[in-house]
Amino acid sequence: MNPIELARARPGAPFTVTLDGRPVEALPGQTVAAALWAAGVTSWRSTRGAGRPRGVFCGIGVCFDCLVTVNGQANQRACLVPVRPGDVIVTQEGTGRDDD
Amino acid sequence: MTERPHLAVVGAGPAGLAGALAAAADGVRVTLLDAAEQAGGQFYRQPAAALGARRPQALHHQWRTWERLRDALDRHVGAGRVAHLADHHVWCVEGDSGAFTVYALRGPAQERGVAVSADAVLLATGGYERVLPFPGWTLPGVVTAGGAQAMLKGGLVLPGRTAVVAGTGPLLLPVATTLAAAGARVAALVESADPRALPRRAAALAAQPGKLAEGAWYAGQLLRHGVRTLTRHTVVEAHGTDRLEAVTVAALGRDGHPKTGGTRRIPCDTLAIGHGMLPHTDLAETLGCTLSGTDVRVDDEQRTDVPGVWAAGEATGIGGAALALAEGHIAGRSIAARLHGTAPDPRRWAAAARARTRSREFFAALDTLYSPPGGWPDLITDDTVVCRCEEITAGQVRTAVGTLGATDPRTVKLLTRAGMGWCQGRMCGPAVAGLAGCAFTPGRRPFARPVPLGVLAELPGQEPDGSAPAVADRH
Repeated sequence: MNPIELARARPGAPFTVTLDGRPVEALPGQTVAAALWAAGVTSWRSTRGAGRPRGVFCGIGVCFDCLVTVNGQANQRACLVPVRPGDVIVTQEGTGRDDD
Repeated sequence: MTERPHLAVVGAGPAGLAGALAAAADGVRVTLLDAAEQAGGQFYRQPAAALGARRPQALHHQWRTWERLRDALDRHVGAGRVAHLADHHVWCVEGDSGAFTVYALRGPAQERGVAVSADAVLLATGGYERVLPFPGWTLPGVVTAGGAQAMLKGGLVLPGRTAVVAGTGPLLLPVATTLAAAGARVAALVESADPRALPRRAAALAAQPGKLAEGAWYAGQLLRHGVRTLTRHTVVEAHGTDRLEAVTVAALGRDGHPKTGGTRRIPCDTLAIGHGMLPHTDLAETLGCTLSGTDVRVDDEQRTDVPGVWAAGEATGIGGAALALAEGHIAGRSIAARLHGTAPDPRRWAAAARARTRSREFFAALDTLYSPPGGWPDLITDDTVVCRCEEITAGQVRTAVGTLGATDPRTVKLLTRAGMGWCQGRMCGPAVAGLAGCAFTPGRRPFARPVPLGVLAELPGQEPDGSAPAVADRH
């Protein structure tokens, strides 16, 4: 059993996005975080200070641990942002800003 | 013809839905603002429509109640009595005495501003999970229990294959059950409280036979899925380098500290952890509503002490969906009467008032049972990160308290930056208070979420008559 089977889901056709340049398959309706979890990825940020990996913590938009860079825009909460075909997702280092 | 009075409801979970439906049925025009793409809140969080779930109820409880709420909302929206503004993230409400403006951000990037004016406001802002820190709690794979549930319900995904569900509180049961049903191996349910203490509070519990049956159902499900339950145990450490590999759990002694020699290591790639919940009170505080402890204080009609502002659900005290539905219904009826200039008749919500009393007594009993073990601050090593955003360690907080003389979380914040990051202390607040040896009080925040400077810069002045446009898109 998996969650898709449990909910008897018939998602729309999967599409491809990239995480750090490698292809990841995503389902329409999923958030960036959900798509990455489904691909077995649990971290996509390293912290500003100690450079430690982080991913989803609260899952509802409160904690800001799941920040990620999507299509060049830094500091997006992966648990809230819907994933779209062709999205370029990049592991966010530090502040995610080029000028840092 | 005079225009119908207008109510803005913030939050489309059980409380907000019940309030919006009751007010709309009594002749009030309602705008329901909610951050999610679909109504339901966290309790009735729905899989995204594009996922095509034909049996979403497999992830839910009280599905029939949800169907009634959803269908009633659809009818009111269809008839033009309720406007449901989904994907609207409310960051501030201002005004008083019948002239309020609700400010929200729209869109995936939340960079577009919207303002809604209203004659009254119902705050149904819900709550979020409290997690107390321990060594390893920042490792990827460690998630809040509610977060695991939300990702599963909304995105139909699991964080890993083998999970431990731990902490304290009634939420752990449905989380362990749903994870197991969705195919995760739940290696253990670790509860720090001792449910055997329940019979001592039997009166409040016996008044809720439905709740006891629910508890028994969960127990049966855990048994069916082979989930081992460890009570009076706590997670003392999460292990791993770049992601979670195992947890160490310890048996608790009477003093709330781990017993010596009572530890075991459980391999897992997921830890779903929670230590109860906290109400979202930012909007209420900005409006000047008085809090009672961590909860928005309300009267029998669910009115806050700011005229024109009502509150219902977890914002007024954590108590679950049934309580939220009762409070929301009462608030909606009260609002409708007050906006029509009449005194409400409490007989119109007698059943909801009885349900509210029973639920509050039940959760008061649960609250005393499900509290984190008294020794939790001693389990946090000096190098454990306490403030996840600013990476402030327990050692830094202890220095601020012990060496520098801070006696409250605000001073700790000024000395260490704990609580000054993105989440504005929502995650570390209770831990910092505990390490400082004082009671947790919600931090006052002018905005309920980050607001782009561009949105603030584009806020127009009020219209000459003092009113804001009914719904104005700022782009």
